[in-house]
Amino acid sequence: MVDERTESHLPTLPRKRARAGRGASRLIQAGFLVGLVVIWYLAATRWGVNRLLLPNPVAVYDNLLDILRSGEFVGDLQTTLGELAAAFAISAAGGVTLGYVISRSRYWIVVFEPLFAAIYSIPIILFLPLFVLFFGLGPASKIALGAAISFFPIVINTIAGFGHVDPLFVRVARSMGASDYHLFRHVLLPAASPVILTGLRMGFTVALLSIIGSETLASLAGLGYHIVHLAEAMEMARMFAYIVFVIAIAVTLNAVVSRLEARGKRD
Amino acid sequence: MATSEVAIKARGVFHRFGEEGEQRFVRALVDTSLDVAEGELLCLIGPSGCGKSTLLNIMGGLMAPSSGTVEVRGQLVRGPLPRDIAFVFQENSLFPWNTVIENIELGMVFQGVAKSERAARAAEALAAVGLKEFAQHYPAQLSGGMRQRAALARALSLKTPILLMDEPFGALDEQTRMILGEDLSVLLAESRKTIVFVTHSLGEAVFLADRVAVFSARPGSIKQVIVIDEPHPRRPEFVTSAKFTSLRNQLYGLLHDEIRKAVQQSSAGDTARTGIG
Repeated sequence: MVDERTESHLPTLPRKRARAGRGASRLIQAGFLVGLVVIWYLAATRWGVNRLLLPNPVAVYDNLLDILRSGEFVGDLQTTLGELAAAFAISAAGGVTLGYVISRSRYWIVVFEPLFAAIYSIPIILFLPLFVLFFGLGPASKIALGAAISFFPIVINTIAGFGHVDPLFVRVARSMGASDYHLFRHVLLPAASPVILTGLRMGFTVALLSIIGSETLASLAGLGYHIVHLAEAMEMARMFAYIVFVIAIAVTLNAVVSRLEARGKRD
Repeated sequence: MATSEVAIKARGVFHRFGEEGEQRFVRALVDTSLDVAEGELLCLIGPSGCGKSTLLNIMGGLMAPSSGTVEVRGQLVRGPLPRDIAFVFQENSLFPWNTVIENIELGMVFQGVAKSERAARAAEALAAVGLKEFAQHYPAQLSGGMRQRAALARALSLKTPILLMDEPFGALDEQTRMILGEDLSVLLAESRKTIVFVTHSLGEAVFLADRVAVFSARPGSIKQVIVIDEPHPRRPEFVTSAKFTSLRNQLYGLLHDEIRKAVQQSSAGDTARTGIG
């Protein structure tokens, strides 16, 4: 029987080489970011770029430490994360449920898949003024916008996941007497979940982007709002420090979500 | 034939895909009647598209015939019969997100086997097909031949009296196929199951079957049934015997004209579609 074994899990050498390659590429990525900061530093100190436009990175760093030490960000962070959680909960629940329902019929798939794909391709952020009119300047308009924007990648991927399960798998399960519940739990769900998880991750990312973005345009609180507020007060070093802080939050959240996605796909 | 009891009785089965006048309309099966005796291994052989897989699916309740009836052990078939019939499909019918052992146990979950019994039956079935060491592997980590052994183990673990196999070795290379055929012959001789086995391979049909039903080209129906009078389990030497060769030649003679017809049909269909003819 051993000779029937495939090669896929035999070779160890290419894997080792892949790991070495990944180490090198990480180094290049880090070098690129360091290079950007160096150029930033030179531009601010040597090349005479106006300090009101580009603050010294050292000053930004000092401001960042001050922000973290004082804890003044907590209120805005809570606002933004609260909006994100509410928006994502709505779009995930709505998108997955509706996507599943649509996927149960060939006809509905043909009707809704291209429709949602078309809507997904338009910049929904253009409707922000409308959302503000309907839901006010507070968190509600950010939640509604974030939910609306993140709904589409989630529903599209859910339809794709549940709608394109290999019919052979369904036939195999039915031939062994699978009930509707069995079919959902043991065939449809595991077959569809990788695609759905990808949709959820994409939805999460666009929800975060659109919520922080809309906070900078029309709001009364939140991290995006605070950044614009500092810009208007001409406190550029502090504004940059907040931007760095928001980037760190966004990168962390996306890393966590990607990790969850990867784990979900493995199980 | 072990006994004269009839396990599967097909009467006047017709099947068509699509409606008359539609471009995709196909008359797959025409007036097909067939008895499969308890404990016998019947091979269905014929040109591509002759409806042999369709007949198998209808027998197993996975497709409803356009007209005609199938009875399995005296009861009319209206849907899948997981207690009586297990299927082995052509390829990639294992769930890729489950390990081999999970795949086998899941079949029993669907069938309704008590939890306490599943592990033992799965282990027994895996051992029977020689895959004991690969229980924790995922299907993607196995070769095509091993995947088909695992699919066979899943079907065996269901302990159904009837096994329907739809070109189970069709996607495998000649040598793997030969070894699997020999192992299958031994396994099935012990199990005394009733088996219907769809194949393209003349040698496979003669080597495995008690009887071979030869299909005509589309619209398919059974042209002739040949008896292979040789005890089970069949020995590898059977393949080189004069008897094997003469039976194989007889089958070849029956099939050759039908395959020609099938090829002409499909090329005529192509020219009609492209509008050249």
